[in-house]
Amino acid sequence: MTFFKRYAQNYGALIGLAILVIVAVVALTAPLLFPVSPWQSVGDPLLSPSENPAFPFGTDMLGRDIAAGLAYGARVSLLIGIVSTAVAVVIGVSIGALAGFYGGRIDDILMRFTEFFQTIPAFAMAIVLVAIFNPNIVSITLAIAVVSWPPVARLVRGEFLSLRSREFVQAAVVIGQSGPRIMFTQILPNAISPIIVTASLMVATAILTESSLSFLGLGDRNMMSWGFMIGAARTMLREAWWMSFFPGVAILLTVLAINLIGEGLNDAMNPHLRGRKG
Amino acid sequence: MVVIDRRSMLTGAAGLILAGTVGAVAQETPVKGGVLNMIAQPEPPILMVGLNTQGPTLYVGGQIYQSLLTYGTDLKPLPSLAKSWVVAEDGLTYTFTLQDNVKWHDGKPFSADDVVFTADKFLRESHPRWRLIATTYVESITSPAPNQVVFKLKKPFSAFLHAFELSSFPIIPKHLYDNGTDYRTNPANQTPIGTGPFKLKEWKRGSYIHLVRNEDYWKPGQPYLDELYFRIIPDSASRAVAFEKGTVDVLRGGDVEGFEVRRLVKLKDVENTTSGWENYAPLVFMEMNQRTMPFSDKNVRKAIMHAIDREFIVKNIFFGLGKVATGPFASTTLYYSSDVPAYPFDMAKAKKLLADAKVNPADYSIRLMPLPYGAAWDRMAEYIKQQIAQLGFKIAITGVDAGGWSQKMSDFDFDLSFNFTYQYGDPALGVARHYLSNNIIKGTPYGNNEHYINPKVDELFNLAAGAVSQDVAAKAYAEAQKIIVDDVALGWLYEMQNVTIYRNKVKNLVKTGIGLNQYMDEVWIAK
Repeated sequence: MTFFKRYAQNYGALIGLAILVIVAVVALTAPLLFPVSPWQSVGDPLLSPSENPAFPFGTDMLGRDIAAGLAYGARVSLLIGIVSTAVAVVIGVSIGALAGFYGGRIDDILMRFTEFFQTIPAFAMAIVLVAIFNPNIVSITLAIAVVSWPPVARLVRGEFLSLRSREFVQAAVVIGQSGPRIMFTQILPNAISPIIVTASLMVATAILTESSLSFLGLGDRNMMSWGFMIGAARTMLREAWWMSFFPGVAILLTVLAINLIGEGLNDAMNPHLRGRKG
Repeated sequence: MVVIDRRSMLTGAAGLILAGTVGAVAQETPVKGGVLNMIAQPEPPILMVGLNTQGPTLYVGGQIYQSLLTYGTDLKPLPSLAKSWVVAEDGLTYTFTLQDNVKWHDGKPFSADDVVFTADKFLRESHPRWRLIATTYVESITSPAPNQVVFKLKKPFSAFLHAFELSSFPIIPKHLYDNGTDYRTNPANQTPIGTGPFKLKEWKRGSYIHLVRNEDYWKPGQPYLDELYFRIIPDSASRAVAFEKGTVDVLRGGDVEGFEVRRLVKLKDVENTTSGWENYAPLVFMEMNQRTMPFSDKNVRKAIMHAIDREFIVKNIFFGLGKVATGPFASTTLYYSSDVPAYPFDMAKAKKLLADAKVNPADYSIRLMPLPYGAAWDRMAEYIKQQIAQLGFKIAITGVDAGGWSQKMSDFDFDLSFNFTYQYGDPALGVARHYLSNNIIKGTPYGNNEHYINPKVDELFNLAAGAVSQDVAAKAYAEAQKIIVDDVALGWLYEMQNVTIYRNKVKNLVKTGIGLNQYMDEVWIAK
């Protein structure tokens, strides 16, 4: 069975993939769908979704189109989610691989360092980092990456520890391959599946973290984001529910979709589960 | 709009009450007794108004301490601890006669010595605004009789009679402070002793401040109320709920968010007024840093004014709680003139002004630093950013916290920002500071931070401040306003209107131009 067929057996994962594709397409085509900036007032303030067909999602207190905000917000969410996860995976894999492969004192030092990060509540630390380095898209992405690599490091270390003693690795040692070469060509390819599954779920967490930061007013002040939209609309929930409802739904759907995809990937890549549904 | 209609109604009513104080008071006879519940938001650090003039300190401390004068909603001086006053013809000698039988809360008699100590020692050392007036204008402060204080000036100062309000000139007990200790660390700061109608009974930090009736108050039969509670409720939504439930009877401007105001004023048995802020008259403006292009060009500043729909800001961002400002003087203050150039919202005109001045907006990137005071201020920054972007400028918002804002403003490290300041009744006290070229000083966000220099304006402000006759001052101020508005020294946005919301059983609550900071000796609660 091919990888995709195994993946497609999980309907939830297919639905998730469909939602994510839609979000990604909207994000990519946002400037075509909404040529006017999402910050620009385009209609009367506080139009409800049913009031004017030109604004199917309504307008906010400054007359900005909620639909445009959702589309541009998708760009920020996906961009930060993917980039911060990529950075976190690079850091996590490097540290975890070194610790797991070499063991001993290096392992001790690197794992104590990892634990140091794990003992600090991730969100609190993200807030502090963003507040120190003025909120902008780079600092937010890095802050999220910095707080989310430790689980990857621990996971990779575990995989490396167990794979290191396998025969194919010992064979590579015997024929004289260098440490880095063994790590990259022998062990890493065999540890890649759990890393991909974890990373996919980290994207969802990163999107949530970015939304929470923006909600608290620590987002990039020049980029429209879903969390920012909810944060700005929250005080007017009684008067204009649509201003916070639609961005909330967007976050929910995107995070749910990514979780479903992660689940699907796990099913498809985990050899122990192969054939479970067939 | 509800709020504004009631405003005009209430100013009328306040006028009636003032006129009627001598004869038949009001239709209703005050009832003695009762407890008034209010909110102190945020909790004041100290109640000693001579050392701290933040809003909550004045609100609570204003019931304990009193000043020489207070001011009506028309900003005319009214008696407080001074019974009467005489200004000499040359405008150089001010003689105040004090009330009789005034006692401090600890039983010691109040006398002219306390006033002289306050003016010459205490406030000169601890109060920046009074220090400036005292060193620039005051030659001597003496007490020829136990109930008389005489201020002799070096040169006339037309705003002098407006410098005796609670936040500028609270009278401090000499017997507690004139003992060689540092005023700021004096233990008496923790147990405030004033001459006001209420005494501090208990301050439960984080919970409430409890004041009780001063039985020895100098107005016989007053105050009418027995007790005042200032509740500490840190969360804005909870404050609105506390009012709805009846836990508190009064909401001061700023106690609840703008959108809650709209809802609360519609409740049953609830009254509201925007009166009581005339003396402070907070005015919101944009500061455009004129040290560099593009804002050093007057035409750019004009274009920006035309590009902003200020009606839209007041209506949609500040929930209608304001009035578009025409210029540097708030319309409720002395010497206000409406005869100034107007800047209606007109995008085409804004673009034409830039084109005529040969300014290419795309050449400039502007940093916009919002005032970090909450959601509405962020929305305003977003709106203005978008309007200026439409002119073709590159503009980005740089977020800061309150400390960062103050720091960057004080160091002139900004392109475009917002600010609002109190006007304190007379332009020489609260307005001139933003436009005088000798007030371009680092270290405060409330000076001439925008780097506006016009020698003619300097001359007019100095002429008006030193005028003996009101007419001369009025003429100079009118001309200054015209020039400043034509120069667009600042981007005036709107006059803030703070709404006081209270249950209609509370009578005589807001009567003067200092509003709720006025001691509440005449406030009573209908049974």
